[in-house]
Order: sequence, then C-alpha cells, then structure tokens
Amino acid sequence: MSEALLSLKSLGKTFVTKRTFLGRALATVRAVDGVDLEVARGETLGLVGESGCGKSTLGRMAIRLLDPTEGSVRYDGTDLTPLSGAALRPFRRRMQIVFQDPMSALNPRMTVREALGEPLRIHRLVTSASEEAAKVDALLDQVGLRKEHATRYPHEFSGGQRQRIVIARALSVGPELVVCDEPVAALDVSIQAQVVNLLRDLQDALGLAYLFVAHDLSVVRFMSQRVAVMYLGRVVEIAPSAELYEMPRHPYTKALLSAIPVPDPKQKRTRLVLAGEPPSPTNPPRGCAFHPRCPIAQKGLCDVERPELREIGAARVACHLAE
Amino acid sequence: MATPVLEIADLVVAFDTDQGELRAVDGIGFTLEKGRTLGIVGESGCGKSVTALAILGLLPEPQGRVLSGKVLLDGKDIARASESEMQKIRGRRIAMVFQEPMTALDPLQRVGDQIAEGLRHHFGLSRSAARDKAIELLGKVGIPAPAERIDSYPHELSGGMRQRVMIASAIACEPSVLLADEPTTALDVTIQAQILALIDDLRRELGTSVVLITHDLGVVADVADDVAVMYAGRIVERATKDQLFEKPLHPYTRGLLESVPGFGNNATRKRLPTIRGLVPDLLHLPAGCRFRDRCDRAIDRCAEVDPPLSTVDGHSVACIRAREEKAS
Repeated sequence: MSEALLSLKSLGKTFVTKRTFLGRALATVRAVDGVDLEVARGETLGLVGESGCGKSTLGRMAIRLLDPTEGSVRYDGTDLTPLSGAALRPFRRRMQIVFQDPMSALNPRMTVREALGEPLRIHRLVTSASEEAAKVDALLDQVGLRKEHATRYPHEFSGGQRQRIVIARALSVGPELVVCDEPVAALDVSIQAQVVNLLRDLQDALGLAYLFVAHDLSVVRFMSQRVAVMYLGRVVEIAPSAELYEMPRHPYTKALLSAIPVPDPKQKRTRLVLAGEPPSPTNPPRGCAFHPRCPIAQKGLCDVERPELREIGAARVACHLAE
Repeated sequence: MATPVLEIADLVVAFDTDQGELRAVDGIGFTLEKGRTLGIVGESGCGKSVTALAILGLLPEPQGRVLSGKVLLDGKDIARASESEMQKIRGRRIAMVFQEPMTALDPLQRVGDQIAEGLRHHFGLSRSAARDKAIELLGKVGIPAPAERIDSYPHELSGGMRQRVMIASAIACEPSVLLADEPTTALDVTIQAQILALIDDLRRELGTSVVLITHDLGVVADVADDVAVMYAGRIVERATKDQLFEKPLHPYTRGLLESVPGFGNNATRKRLPTIRGLVPDLLHLPAGCRFRDRCDRAIDRCAEVDPPLSTVDGHSVACIRAREEKAS
C-alpha cells in the first residue's frame, strides 16, 4: 500500500489528568498507544472498540483536531505532525469529520444556508453570493434534502435530517477523507439505514475514503473493507472485513463479535460472556492489556510480555496464542 | 390459564401541548404472564417509555394523564390508583430499571442506602438488617467485594456497575413485575451481554415477569418470549418471539428487521433496505393507517380504514393486508 492517503505511524496520545500546583504532570492516561494504520484512497477502514478504548481520540488525531504526543500523521505524502495554523489549512479542506450528535455539531442560530456557506467562504471556494447559493443547493440535493430546507434552523429538523446537514457541510469543501465518529449511533434503526446508505452512495460518487469509528460492529461490517479492533489504546487485530467477521483470531474480537445481539432467534450461538470490565487506562495491566479478562491467557507469558501485531493469514493480530 | 400478572387494556395516555392534546399511547393492550419476558420494540416517540411510566403512575404532571383504559395488576385496576396506593406498589410489586443509571441513582447517597431504602419502606427492616440484605443483593447482581462497594457513591462506579446497582435496588423487594426501559442502551456490547444475562437469570430464579423496552431487535431476539412492536402510539404487531422473527406480518416490523445491518445476509449487500420517510407527527396523524405514508404495500383502502389488531396466523397484527402477506 504505497499509495496510502492517510498513514499513522506509532501514534500515541497521553492526556494529563492531574497536575501539581506548578503544572507538572502527576497522573496521566495513555489513550492511544503506538498505533500504526493506513487508509487508502476510496477505502473505508472501520475502527471498533468499547468506550474508552481510544478510537475517537485516534480519529481526532488522524485529522489533527488533537495533537499527538508521539508518532506521526502523514497525509498524501506530507508529514502533518510538525505543521500548525496556516500551514495546516490546505489540509483541513481535504480532511473532514462527522460527529455522533448533529445537534451539538451545528450552530443552533445559523440557518442551513449559513452553516453550509461558511466553510465555502473560509476556504475561498466560491467567488460570489450567487455561486455560493448554487453550491449550497447542490449540496442539499446531494444529501437528499430540498432547497426549501436551506432557510431553516437545526431545531426544525429530525435527527436523521440534521446528520444529513452535517454530512453536507463536511462535503462542502471537497474532502478526500472523512472521519465518521459514530455517525449513526444516535439515530433510530430505520433512519440509521438511510444515513448508512447515503454515506455509501457518496463514497461511490466522490471516491471518498472513510475512517469509520463506531461501537456497532454490524454497521462497521456493512461499511468497511478493513476493520481494526482497539482495546485499551492499542490495535489488537486488523483484517479485511469478511475475514475478521468470519474468522476472528484475537480472543477479544471473538468475545466482541459473540456479544452482538442478532435479530434472529434461530441463530444459536455459543456466547462468550466476558467476565469483568475493561481496565482503566490510567493503570493498564502488565503484559497483554486483555489478559485479566482473557479466557485463554497463559500465566508467565500473557501477564509478562506485551504481544505485538503479527501476521496470521490476511490478518494482523496482537496475541501470543492466536493462530 | 391463570390470571396474568399484568394486563393492559385499551390504554390511552394523553399529554397537553401548546398545539392541543397529544396521544402518546393510543389504545394499546397486552398481557404478561408469570415468569415471562415481553419485549416492547419501537423507535423514538412510539410510546414505549410512556407506557412504562403510565403503568407506574409516574407520568409527568399535570401535562400527562391516563385518559382511559385499564392497568390490571394481579387482576386489580391500578390505572387510577391514588399516589399513596401507588407508593405501596412501586418498588414492591412493580419495579423499574431505567436506561441511564447515572441520572436514576441519587448522586449524593451511598449505593447501599439507596438499595436499603426500599427494604425499609416496604418491609420495615431495621437499618442493619436492610444493610445486610443490600450487601447480599449486590453480590447477587455480580458486584465484586459487595461489603466494600456498598459504601460507594454512584460516581465511583462504572456504567455497568451502576446498572447492576439499579437492578439490585429494583429486585430488592422481589417485585412480581420488572419494567426495564432500554437497560443496556448506554452500555458497551460486552457489558450489555452481562446485564442481559443477569436479568434473565434473576427472572428464572425469582419468577419475576419482565417487560423489556428496547429499540434493539437483537436484544429482543435474545431474551424475550413475546414481542409487541409499537408504532406512533399503537401496537402494530404482537406475537411470540419465534413467530415474529420467523414471519413478520406487519410491513413496519418487516422494514425494521430488514434495515438492521447483519440481518439475514444483508451485510454483503450494496445498500441496506430502508423504511422511507419519517415517523408521523402525533399531532397531525394521517387518516387511516398511521404507517401508510411509509409503506410499500399501501393501497387506497389504507387511507380509509384505521386497521384494528386482528389475529392472523397466531399473530395479532394491525394491517388490512396481513392476510395476503401470510399467503405470500
């Protein structure tokens, strides 16, 4: 994959949670710990994991909304890590993000026309008011809204329609990569399917690459060509979608998949109910971070030595015992 | 058949709004038998949570009220019971588990005291007896080191642990009915699996009947015995779980099932099947069938007839074309 659009190398983020009076760090959390990932043009990479695993932090670092504390972010051949401010601006146009809650992502006092027109002006993508108006109308059409909607305010829309507005705003500046952070988690099932279809149609039409962050494994499977599973700040398994869902190799991936409730009572599955809860990232376990909950952990190995990602078939898995 | 533990008949719940009276629940009925789990499924605003609040007499006053209908608990109508009567019922005979334990638990009270409160109120236990019982309950819902945890405040616990505390306080007085409103929606999937297994174990052990309210058809398929599907304040289909998932007869049930990624083989499809349009505004409902505007099978007569629930193939279904559907 020499042509990766986005390339993350040994990416890490440490948050300071407590400081001394003079500002020295007292307690820290390693939210993301040495992650390597690549996203190719036009590809969707799914990123799954439970609350606190670092998936959203990673998504934000990927487009430099957060500054990494270690490692690098390369975009289309340029190292973004040392850039800031004005030097980053041309890249901001090429990388966008869609958040979970459209109500807090939209300014309640801006009409849809203002919300969609603002990025066009900031990035000087239009030269006249009439050009801007035409562009906004075209964007609304592209996401399945009507021209009349342009003069309304966010509160006048349903949740699904609001998410369409947020998507239109992300697309307004013509990005190549869109980070989708739980884009359908707040929507009802029937509306969720509409928005998922919209995201796929837009990808086909515009050749977009997605970094698709979600906790819902079924939605991620539907959207992604490849999927990375995170646990406590690290990628524990990454594989092509079909491979990961048909033949999960990491014990955490297996447990995660078996925990999804499937709307089919006849599908009898042996459920792996994991004991315990994810440990706190302030004080991660030694060795493999998953070993205290792992059904196959071996004493003297898994609690001592941290497994690195290694290739097994088409997958890469961070487990001493996976095969 | 023995008297059902809980029976709801023709329940109508109305709210006063600026634009007139809104019927959030408009004539629903179901029965719940001892030791069974009824799943109520539907999307936001369909009336599923309002149903639970109406059963418990917890509708926000003065806007909300039960207009008509019955809520029979062991055969006795409690729909219009006084507040003091309801206080004897809530927690003792019907208990509730809410979606968000952080808002349902009192942040200023130790979890042990919150569990003990019901025991002292309903059973008149002494402080120390209630405390011992609370420790036992925390252990029962799978909280490690319950004797230490009993003095924790809610914010010191994780989301999954808080939900366990709420379940412990709900089952403290061994109610005959447990209403669980989206009990796992705020939790991660591995924790969700633990909580669903816990509710199911308790149902079996204590013989409690459970009403599980959820938007997630997967959760229903997992733990329910019977299912009621709600749409715009009505039950549109009711059947045993196996019947419902085997052959959904209402177009809304079918649409809802098909739009879940991972249902059948749609994970490998290019697009997900969807239900077009939006849920109707309850203040401006269309004439005839409420689902008509979004339905692929609607015919002219659907605009004229408000379809009642009728029995087709063991299902109760509110669709005039369900009989044809059965044949297809």
